[in-house]
Amino acid sequence: MFSFCADPSVLPDWQWMACYLTTGSHFALYRSVLVVLLLLALAAPLALGMGFLGALAVRSGNPLLKGIGTIYVSMVRGVPDIIFFLFVPFAIDQGVEYLRHKILCPDWDQPIRQGNDFIVCQAAKMPLATDPAWVHNVWGFALALIAFALVFGAFAANTLNGAMNAVPRTQIETAEAYGMTPGQSFRRVLLPQMWVYALPGLSNLWMILTKATPLLFLLGIQDVVFWARELGGQKTGHYAYTHPDWRVWYFLGVLAFYLTLTWVSQKIFDRIMARLNHGQATSGGEALRKAPA
Amino acid sequence: MKKLLLSAATLAFAATGALAQDVVRLGTEGAYPPYNYIDESNELVGFEIDLGNALCERAGLTCEWVQNDWDSIIPNLVGGNYDAIMAGMNATPERAEVIMFSDPYKLPDPSAYMALAGTDTSVMEEGVIAAQSNTMQSGMVADTSATLIEFPTADETIAAVRNGTADAVLADRDFLMTYVDESGGELEFLATVPSPGAGVSIGLRQSDTELQATFNAALDEMKADGSLNEMLVQWFGDEVPQFE
Repeated sequence: MFSFCADPSVLPDWQWMACYLTTGSHFALYRSVLVVLLLLALAAPLALGMGFLGALAVRSGNPLLKGIGTIYVSMVRGVPDIIFFLFVPFAIDQGVEYLRHKILCPDWDQPIRQGNDFIVCQAAKMPLATDPAWVHNVWGFALALIAFALVFGAFAANTLNGAMNAVPRTQIETAEAYGMTPGQSFRRVLLPQMWVYALPGLSNLWMILTKATPLLFLLGIQDVVFWARELGGQKTGHYAYTHPDWRVWYFLGVLAFYLTLTWVSQKIFDRIMARLNHGQATSGGEALRKAPA
Repeated sequence: MKKLLLSAATLAFAATGALAQDVVRLGTEGAYPPYNYIDESNELVGFEIDLGNALCERAGLTCEWVQNDWDSIIPNLVGGNYDAIMAGMNATPERAEVIMFSDPYKLPDPSAYMALAGTDTSVMEEGVIAAQSNTMQSGMVADTSATLIEFPTADETIAAVRNGTADAVLADRDFLMTYVDESGGELEFLATVPSPGAGVSIGLRQSDTELQATFNAALDEMKADGSLNEMLVQWFGDEVPQFE
């Protein structure tokens, strides 16, 4: 990075530190912060979408939809997350390769499962072995994203379903009395009012999602925690920058990162809550009404 | 004529297809100096990286390195995420039930107990011994009467000895060597024990006999012309056991 970094072993302290903190592997650490934020930014709306579909399915009058929704919600909520994080990406990855294999290599005569091995033809590999590393990274990231959306979607579905049930029945009755169709009363009355009941649960989910991001490393994505552990470990003479075990400093940095992230999100949720409480028949809405203008 | 052109085009396509298939993905841990580790510019380096690149060059393969957590390194091989493992892995009978190995590229690494200076050797039987999980050494400790504690990375086993969580660590002697040498007398070897297995080898899927033959041929070549021994000395020093 800097011109004086050529031989770290002879540098004075501050220069050594400046060089050390700007090495390629430290930039990988800084980038991994962005990876975590990107995952959160994409996983949250996806999970909310899954949750919305799940909640609709659970409330559906169609027994098939209701069954699918109920199975999805109760199964995902009942199984340890880590099992899903290990299972879903593996299953999707191998499922996609299996399908591509069937389509792209119809005259392949060997079995796909040979003992422990999972073998598909080269053209069916996802991504192809010839693809550059970034394609592999994006594919891995997408699989992780799907796993996060599936797991957190089930929890969100339950929260949203509960919130829809919490909207006072009289509101819907009034809508019906005005002659709204079920669809209209859902869109115009139920949907806008349910958020105030859903938000505490959803903000909880967001916090848990934030803290679940270190699970990314299980899926082969190098996140902040991976880099903190990697860079903080003792560096012997094999490395250009030697230092003893500095993990405590790196993990303090990670702690600061996650605390800042959750603190900022809490502030944002407080604001949204205040806005949603306006004119609602909840204790929060009542407090707003009584507060001096 | 048209037909000829077409078949020529098909041939050309098939030829590039065959070339494209010669990309071999090599899995490694990237946290086990000097075997394989990530240097300060975020590149994989180490004995196995040099060796793997040399083998691929000799065999005419295009190789790409994939970094993978140690604990899931075998499942990801058999699942097809990469085609070979070079990660300081000893060819043990337990692993050979799941995957297949090439000829060894490093003679059996003796394992060693490392502890803080002044630790009594009785801890090897009565104490708490750290080892990296899913390693040959974690199995060796489990067979003694000592208490085993496992860590996902090798670096953490050393930290456990330094902070007193474990009385000693059992690991490859060539991995521990640097830590002992650089500790200024703080750490020392308690004992060296022979390791089971044929030596450090390339791990392959059991169905991949073709790749095994390719790597073995390249390894034979490098053993014969002494370039493998040179590489071993370069990374592990003069005392490393060499191939005849």
